[in-house]
Amino acid sequence: MLRNRRRETLFALALVAPFVAIYGLVFVYPTIKLFMISLTDAPLIGGGNYVGFDNYTRLASDRRFNTAVWNTAYFVLITVVPGTLIAFAIALGVNRLRGRLQAAILALFFLPYILPVSVVYLLWDWTLNFQFGIAMHVFDLLGIQRIPVFKSTAWFMPAVGVITIWWTAGFSILLFLAGLRAIPAEIYEAAALDNAGIWSTFRRITWPLMWPITALVLTIQLISQLKIFDQVYLFSTGGRPNDNVVLVYYVFQRAFQSDQGGRAAAVAVVLFIIVIVVSVLNFQLTRLSGGRSR
Amino acid sequence: MTAATARRLNNIGLVITVITVLCAVVWAFPLYWAVVSSLKPEDEVVRPYIELWPDTPTLSHYVFALTKTEIGRWYINSIVTAAAVTVLTVSSSLFCGYAISQLKFPFRSMLWWLILASFMVPMQTLIINHFELVADLGLINTWSGIVLPQLIHPVIIIVYKQFFDGVPKDFREAAVMDNASEWRILTRVYIPMNWGVTTALSIVCFIWSWNSFLWPFLAVTKTNMMTITVGITQVNDAFGVYYARQLTAAVLAGLPVALVYLIFQRRVTEAITLSAGIKG
Repeated sequence: MLRNRRRETLFALALVAPFVAIYGLVFVYPTIKLFMISLTDAPLIGGGNYVGFDNYTRLASDRRFNTAVWNTAYFVLITVVPGTLIAFAIALGVNRLRGRLQAAILALFFLPYILPVSVVYLLWDWTLNFQFGIAMHVFDLLGIQRIPVFKSTAWFMPAVGVITIWWTAGFSILLFLAGLRAIPAEIYEAAALDNAGIWSTFRRITWPLMWPITALVLTIQLISQLKIFDQVYLFSTGGRPNDNVVLVYYVFQRAFQSDQGGRAAAVAVVLFIIVIVVSVLNFQLTRLSGGRSR
Repeated sequence: MTAATARRLNNIGLVITVITVLCAVVWAFPLYWAVVSSLKPEDEVVRPYIELWPDTPTLSHYVFALTKTEIGRWYINSIVTAAAVTVLTVSSSLFCGYAISQLKFPFRSMLWWLILASFMVPMQTLIINHFELVADLGLINTWSGIVLPQLIHPVIIIVYKQFFDGVPKDFREAAVMDNASEWRILTRVYIPMNWGVTTALSIVCFIWSWNSFLWPFLAVTKTNMMTITVGITQVNDAFGVYYARQLTAAVLAGLPVALVYLIFQRRVTEAITLSAGIKG
């Protein structure tokens, strides 16, 4: 038996070894390194001199960093709650359908989510093309002035926000559908016997029972929109990147375009901490509300 | 419930259904529009009115993209790197998740907590250090360089551990009684039991990797080493200002993942709900 125990331990260590090696190399080591170089004036590659918290104190008066913070916050504001509500509404509609029709309609809503960001970019860049985009024909029909959407600072973020909602709603719809299917049919039957209308059934039954899923979707959306980069970068090419900069984009600019690894790392650390704080807060909140309902 | 209210509810239901279907059609319209545009000759694409179907459908843009551009090469880069990421991530996560769930070894709970904690860490913030690491290893512009930083998906381990936790202990005890080796228990009992989960996770892992943009974009500077997701946005001279050609490139880049999804729809949905922490 003792021999068995030792064999089990050795086997277990052999099983975790590949993951631990990868994890150490591409996760633990870079994370520690990130915090370390944020205290230096290092370029992108190679060491630098220790400068204390200079990189951080400089951020306060850094105009582009402020733009990045505001743009990220603005983006979160226009995508997280609206995106979640739209996905919920779509899920309610899809949930009423049955069989093959449901599968087909769900696929139509879900397909954008499965596509790479660059495809989404080319597609919408074409749809909203100033000269030939089909959306501009629609604008003409409605008598709206044509806008070069991605070259206008005012329109950039709302447009990228709408495109992001279109692109990622499929994911939230799936989670909502899973939640809706888990609500027992008897509850609705009982409500129908009580002559409850569609609206009161929704408000008294569906909404409260779906709240945990809604909270989950909101959190996932919040965290992923804080980390936004790809769409903003792609739609900014040929536009005005400095006005549209978001946090990850700013890290990219500092590190890869200005060759300032240390200063970029300080921005990355700020984002790192924001995301961790949001995750931990959310974890505590769901634990608290979970404890109360039980 | 009176007959009148029942009829009223039915009518509202019908209206909601019709609205849902209409919304779905509008929602998917840009996808249709891209495909149709890629089948039009360039002069039809820029006509100042809307034509839902080409006058003279043509595959010439596809022939051009596949023969005159580097798309073929990008396909290979994407397939090789996404397959490598999938095999390495899923197998290392499966082994690790199994060990944490079923075996006893030192620092087990510490490792588990580290994995749970890393679930929260935004990988985008590590790009500077990933770049330095990959450059130090001399792997910029190589397949390995594209693959290496993509190998961390803590969520896959978490899903595996939960699945293995759900397997009754009797299975293991019976196998140990039979004097089966640890390796046999894992490969003959536990892995076959979770085959569905493994397929589902592999499919989404492949899609994630195929679609990933930021890291492959940073790790590659030579056009012939780009993945297709990066290549179609970076090499403008290959397609010029020919809109139909650009859309053709987009369709070609999106087609593989769209097909994988349409074929394995149930598995993909299952894996995505699992990865969000909901048991499907």
